Amino acid sequence: MSNDLTRLTAAQLSAGLRAGEYSSEDVTRAHLDRIEQTDSVLGSFLTVEPEQALTTARDVDSRRAAGEELHPYAGVPVSVKDVVVTEGIRTTAASRILEDWIPPYDATISTRIKDAGLPILGKTNMDEFAMGSTTEHSAFGPTRNPWDTTTVPGGSSGGAAASAAAFQAPLAVGTDTGGSVRQPAAFTGTVGVKPTYGSISRYGIIAMASSLDQVGPMGRTVADAAALHQLLAGHDPKDSTSLSDPVPDFLAAVEAGARDGSLTGKRLGVVKQLSADDYDAGVRTAFTAALDLAQAAGAQIVEVDLPSLSYALDAYYLIMPSEASSNLARYDGMRFGLRVEPESGPVTAETVMAATRAAGFGAEVKRRILLGTYALSAGYYDAFYGSAQKVRTLVQRDFAAAFEQADVLVTPTAPTTALPFGMEDDADPMALYLGDAATIPANLAGIPGMSLPAGLADGMPVGFQLLALAKQDARLYEVGAAIEALVSDAAGAPVWAGVPTEYAADAASTTTSA
Amino acid sequence: MTSDELEKTAEDLGRILSSVARVTEVATDDVPATSHPMPLTNVLRDDVVGTPLTAEQALSGAPASEDGKFLVPQILGED
Amino acid sequence: MKFTEAVAKYDPALGIEVHVELGTATKMFDDAPNTFGGGANENTTPTSLGLPGSLPVVNRTAVEYAIRIGLALGCEIAPTCRFARKNYFYPDLAKNFQTSQSDEPIAHDGRIDIELEDGTIVPVDIERAHMEEDAGKNTHVGGSAGRIHGADHSLVDYNRAGVPLVEIVTRPITGVGERAPEVAAAYVRTLRDIFRAIGVSEARMEQGNVRADINVSLRPSPDAPLGTRTETKNVNSFRSIDAAVRFEIARQADILSSGGEVLQETRHFHEADGSTSSGRVKSDADDYRYFPEPDLVPVAPSREWVEEIRANLPELPAARRRRLLDEWGISDLEMRDIINAGLLDPVEATVVAGAKPDAARKWWMGEIARVAKQKDAEAAELVSPEHVAQLQQLIDEGKLNDKLARKVLAGVLDGRGAPADVMETDGLQIVEDTGALEAAVDEAIAANPDVVEKIKGGKMQAIGALMGPIMKATRGQADAGKARELILARING
Repeated sequence: MSNDLTRLTAAQLSAGLRAGEYSSEDVTRAHLDRIEQTDSVLGSFLTVEPEQALTTARDVDSRRAAGEELHPYAGVPVSVKDVVVTEGIRTTAASRILEDWIPPYDATISTRIKDAGLPILGKTNMDEFAMGSTTEHSAFGPTRNPWDTTTVPGGSSGGAAASAAAFQAPLAVGTDTGGSVRQPAAFTGTVGVKPTYGSISRYGIIAMASSLDQVGPMGRTVADAAALHQLLAGHDPKDSTSLSDPVPDFLAAVEAGARDGSLTGKRLGVVKQLSADDYDAGVRTAFTAALDLAQAAGAQIVEVDLPSLSYALDAYYLIMPSEASSNLARYDGMRFGLRVEPESGPVTAETVMAATRAAGFGAEVKRRILLGTYALSAGYYDAFYGSAQKVRTLVQRDFAAAFEQADVLVTPTAPTTALPFGMEDDADPMALYLGDAATIPANLAGIPGMSLPAGLADGMPVGFQLLALAKQDARLYEVGAAIEALVSDAAGAPVWAGVPTEYAADAASTTTSA
Repeated sequence: MTSDELEKTAEDLGRILSSVARVTEVATDDVPATSHPMPLTNVLRDDVVGTPLTAEQALSGAPASEDGKFLVPQILGED
Repeated sequence: MKFTEAVAKYDPALGIEVHVELGTATKMFDDAPNTFGGGANENTTPTSLGLPGSLPVVNRTAVEYAIRIGLALGCEIAPTCRFARKNYFYPDLAKNFQTSQSDEPIAHDGRIDIELEDGTIVPVDIERAHMEEDAGKNTHVGGSAGRIHGADHSLVDYNRAGVPLVEIVTRPITGVGERAPEVAAAYVRTLRDIFRAIGVSEARMEQGNVRADINVSLRPSPDAPLGTRTETKNVNSFRSIDAAVRFEIARQADILSSGGEVLQETRHFHEADGSTSSGRVKSDADDYRYFPEPDLVPVAPSREWVEEIRANLPELPAARRRRLLDEWGISDLEMRDIINAGLLDPVEATVVAGAKPDAARKWWMGEIARVAKQKDAEAAELVSPEHVAQLQQLIDEGKLNDKLARKVLAGVLDGRGAPADVMETDGLQIVEDTGALEAAVDEAIAANPDVVEKIKGGKMQAIGALMGPIMKATRGQADAGKARELILARING
C-alpha cells in the first residue's frame, strides 16, 4: 500500500483523498517511509519533519471527516527547498552560516502551503545560497540523481528535483534564478516551472539575486506543477515586486492542452542562438524527436532570432553576483546565524564579521560575492552592472519581437544530460556557466519558462524547455500538457516512470568538493 | 580564504571578468537600463501598524544578547 | 587662531546635511510601530531586522511627508524617483546596506531664505531632499564612559532601524563670512520650524528627531575654489552648531596658515568644551557601491497628488510671520523681538482667543516673560493663551484695571486657576458697590478741604490727589471713572 501511494501523482492523491480512499496520514507516512529508505543515499533532504508533517496530515483528515471544505490538494505532502523560510523549522540555505537558524516567521508561500493543509515533509538540499547548478555546493553534502547516483541532480534546486523524481514527494517547491528549477527538472526527468517574475511572492525567500529570483513549482507531471503553481501564486502586499494581476486557471490550461488537436496552429519558435548545434548529440536527438511529435500533431515550427542572447550569460553573471553580494551582506554573525571569533588578534565587530563570513561561506559563494562587489564598485559600475542592465533591455526587446512570430519558444533546457560529480573542480568557470545559457534569458527578461521531459538519451532524461510571454504562464501549461502527452504516448509510458527506485551508494562516486 | 583558494578565485575572476566585459559592446548610450523585469510603479503601503515581532522572537537567533538587546563585539570604526 | 582672526583671513563655506525623523505611525519599509520608547527590539519586523528573506514595502505617508518637505523648501518634486542601496558594514545596519536614494531623489533644487536675529536674510540653495531609513541604536558598554574606543562590547536595539528619514542637503553656503556659525544654527532652526509647521515631525533635536551634520571649509578668498571640507557630526543643539562651526573655522585656519593641509575627515563634536576631534577618515573613495534597489519599484508621484499636497500644506513659518506682521500692524523689529523671545505661538493664539494684538503682545512680552524668567520656566507653560485673552477681556469690561490685572495674573501664573476665578477668590474686582465708594469719596473730600477748593476753582487735575486716598480706602478696587464722577457730583452738587 505505501509503495503504491508514493507512485501516485499529486492529482491522483488529491482525488483519492477527497474520495476517502486513504487518509492524508497514510499518504504522508508512506512518503516519510520512502524518504527514510532512500535518503541516506540520495541526500535530497537537509531536514525532515515527520512530527509536523503527520500533525498536519491528521488535522486535515479530521477536518475532512468533519465535512469541512478544504483546499483540493489538502493532505498532499510537499517538500520545500531550504531557501524558503519556514517558521520553527530549521532553514539553512544549505550554508554553514545558517546551519542552526530557526526562523521566527513564515515566508508567504509557507503560510499558503500551511493554510491549504499540505504537510511539509521537510526542507530540501540545494547549492549554498542557490549559487550553483549541481547541488555540489551545499555545505552539507551533495544530492544524488536517482536516475544514476554517480551523477548530479542539477541545481540549485537539486534536492527538490530529486525528491519529486524519486517518489519521496509528489510536489516540490524550488526556486529559479538562472535555471535552478528548470535544469534540475531536466536532469531528473521531472517538470519544473519558473513563473513570470512577480507572480509568486518572494517574501521569505532567502534572496540571492532579487530581480531574478522566483519560486518554482516542481512535480512529476505538468498537471501537478500547475496545481502547486496555482496554490502559491497571487499578489502579496509584503513583496513590492509582486504582480496584482489575477491568477489564471492553470489546471484549466492543462486540460485544454491535453485535448486532441490543442497544438494545431500553435507556432513553436526554435531559438537560433540556442539551437541544438552546440549541444550533446543525445540531447539534440531527444529534442528534435519531441519537436517532430509536436509538428505531427499540428504545431508549426518557426525559427526565431534573438541576437542579444549572445550577451545574456555575461549580463547575468554581472547582475546576479552584484545583487547577491549586497543581499548576502547581512550574514555577519551579529543578529542570527553563525558567529565565529578570529583565532588571533583583536575581537571586534569587524574581525568577527570577517571571521564569520570566512568560515560560514563556501568557495562558490565567496567567489560570487567578490565578483559582485567588484562589478558594483566605483569606476566599474557603468561598464559592468550598468551595461548588464542595458543588455537586459535588449533581451526583453528581442523576446517581445520573437513572440510576435511564435506562441511559445522552445529550446533544450540544458546542453547535456546530468553531469557526473566533480566536474567543476578544475574547469574554466565560464565553460560551466554555459550550461545555463538556455535558461538564464528567461530570468533576465522576467518571462515564464517550463522544463518537461522530452525523452531519454543514453538512459538519462533530457529536458525540453518552453518559454512564453510575461504573464502567459497558462500557455506554458497548455502546450506543456500537450507535449507531455505526446512524449508519453510515443514512449508507452511517462518518462518519470522509468526512474530506478532503489539506490546503492557507490563509493567511487563520492563527491570531492562541497 | 586559503592562499590556494585565493589564487584559484583570482584566476577564475579574471576569466569571468574578461568574458563579461563583452556586455559593453552592446550597451550603447541609446539603450536604457532595466532594473526590474516588470514595469511596476507606486507600490505603496498604508501607514497602519501591523503585528511586530516580540522582542523574544527578534532575539531568537541572536548569537549573544543582553538586556533584550543584541550583544555584539566592540566596534572600532567610529561614526 | 581666534575665530575673528580666522574669518578675517579666510572665507568660510558651509554645507549642511539635516536628517529629520518623520512622525509616521509605521516605519519606512515595514509596518513596525514608529514610536519613541517601548522595550528594546519590540518594534521590529523581519524587515527592520533584515532577517533572511525579508522585503521592504514603501510607506505612503512617508512619501507624502517627504513631498511636503520638498514643497516647503521650494523644491521640484521628481516625476519619478527610485530607491538605491548604500552598502557598508556596521552593526547598527541590519542589512549592512541602507535603503536610501541616490541618483533619483524625490525632491531637488529648492531654496529657502533664512532670517537671522537682526533681520538679515540669507538665501540657502537646497540641492536635494531624499527618503531613507534610519539605523538601529548602539549602546557601548564597558571602557571609558561608554564611548566606542576601549568599549568591551556593544548592545544593539533595532527599534529605530527602519524609521523613515528625510535627508536634506544644501548646496555650498558661501558669502557668509563671520556670520557662518550664526547662519548654520539659523538654518537648522528654520528647518526645524518648518518641519513642525507642516506636521511631518515633532522635530526635537534633543530627542534626535532632527540631526545635523555640518561641513565646513575655508578658502583664501571668495574667488578661490572651495577648500577641503570636514564633516562634523553629533551636533545636538543650535548652540552646538554655532560652537562647532566656530571651532572648525579657527582650527582649519590654524592649519592652513601654518602651511598645512586640512584633512578631509569626519569629526566629532564635544559638548563639554565646544571642540571637535578626529573621527573616521572620510574619503570620497568611501565606496558605497550604490545601485538601484531591486526589491522596490520606482515611486512616481502624480502631479495631481503633488498639487493636492501643496494645496493642503499648512502655512509656512515665513509666510505666517508676514501675515501676522500685516494683521497686527507691527514693525519688523517688533516681530523679531516676539520671535526671538519664542513667543509667537502664544501671542497668536491669544489673538485668536479674542484679544487685540497689542494687548496680547504686551502681556506675553512683558509681565509673563518676566515671571517666566524669574521662575526659570517656559512662558507658554505658565498660562494658556485663552486665559491671557480672558484677562484682557476683564479689563475691557471694566472689571479690572491694569494694576489689579497684574495681581490677578500673578495668581494665574502661580497656577491658581483662570483669571476670573483668581479675581473672585482674591476679591480683586473693581468695586461697583456704590455705597462703599460713596463713603470713600466722602471721606476723601472731608479729609482734603484744600484739594476740594482747588477743584471748585477749576483745577480738574487736583482730582488726582483725591484718588489716592479713595483707592487706598477701597484697596485699589474703585472704578476710577465712577469715583471721579462721584467726586464731581459731591463737590458741585
